[in-house]
Amino acid sequence: MDLQSAKMIGAGLAAIGTGAAALGVGFVFGSFLQGALRNPAAADGQQGRLFLGFALAELLGLMAFTVALLILFVF
Amino acid sequence: MAAAGKIDPMHQFTVEPLVPLHIGSYDISLTNSAAWMLATLVVIASFMWGGMKREVVPGRWQMAVEGVTSFIDNLVQVNIGPEGKKFVPFVFSLFAFILVANLLGLLPLALVPGWHAFTPTSHFSITGVLAILSFSLVLIIGFWRHGLHFFSLFVPHGTPWYMLPLIIPIEIVSFLVRPFSLALRLFVAMMAGHILMEVFGSFIVNGFASGSAVGFGVGLISFLFIVGVGALELLICALQAYVFALLTSLYLNDAVNLH
Repeated sequence: MDLQSAKMIGAGLAAIGTGAAALGVGFVFGSFLQGALRNPAAADGQQGRLFLGFALAELLGLMAFTVALLILFVF
Repeated sequence: MAAAGKIDPMHQFTVEPLVPLHIGSYDISLTNSAAWMLATLVVIASFMWGGMKREVVPGRWQMAVEGVTSFIDNLVQVNIGPEGKKFVPFVFSLFAFILVANLLGLLPLALVPGWHAFTPTSHFSITGVLAILSFSLVLIIGFWRHGLHFFSLFVPHGTPWYMLPLIIPIEIVSFLVRPFSLALRLFVAMMAGHILMEVFGSFIVNGFASGSAVGFGVGLISFLFIVGVGALELLICALQAYVFALLTSLYLNDAVNLH
């Protein structure tokens, strides 16, 4: 296997991480809705934490995407 | 736009000099990135000036401006407390710049031949400077208010002593990684969205240009998809600006109140 095809396969493998981040983000919003529907009065006060959790979960997926781009375009 | 058949999603991020300027060996040309940041400034300034009338019964425009400012004011008050009042202008400037720069980058200017929209926030050099601004403000405020006591940030309350060798390095790393995570999140989110739109936009062009039935189907599906992605991108633009402002105010809270 030459280097070019190995890079393509590596970038594709790195992109799996974005799918994992999708699970994480879905879990954050899903859990928020579960809690919010049980106690809608308290939901508005927790939106900052909702978006904080979203940002932290999303960051890891974006890092996987960055690794894929680094493999494709930098190395 | 790439030539037919070849998709080149990275071309849209090239920084091109519009007005070449050189002083000595330094290249200080007005680039398209700088031009779009100036456009962002003009949009924000005209939006704010139109609404800063201080009328007792506000008109529509003043209501819009007050809605945005009170949104950030509320965010900062909730996260920092009453002492956060003096950070509202800083957080608001960050929020407004990122939001407007993101939204301007989505303008369909490529309809005019030879033009294309440019998103300053899709470059790590821009978002990195924004992140360094907010991180250095955290350091300055923290050391100014608490002196060397600021280092107690690395020791959470109620940590058992035998956990300290593990907790302190983790806290230090998580503190030092903040500017990178702030900058990386915004830059990658913007770049990924624009690459996605470019790739599917090329699918539409190439699909319809191929003339075959399969190509037509692919083009049609891509078109429907890109409408949804466009709406999602508008949401992401606002969300990333909000997340940047939120995290900045959370970090400022660490500097002001320790924890």
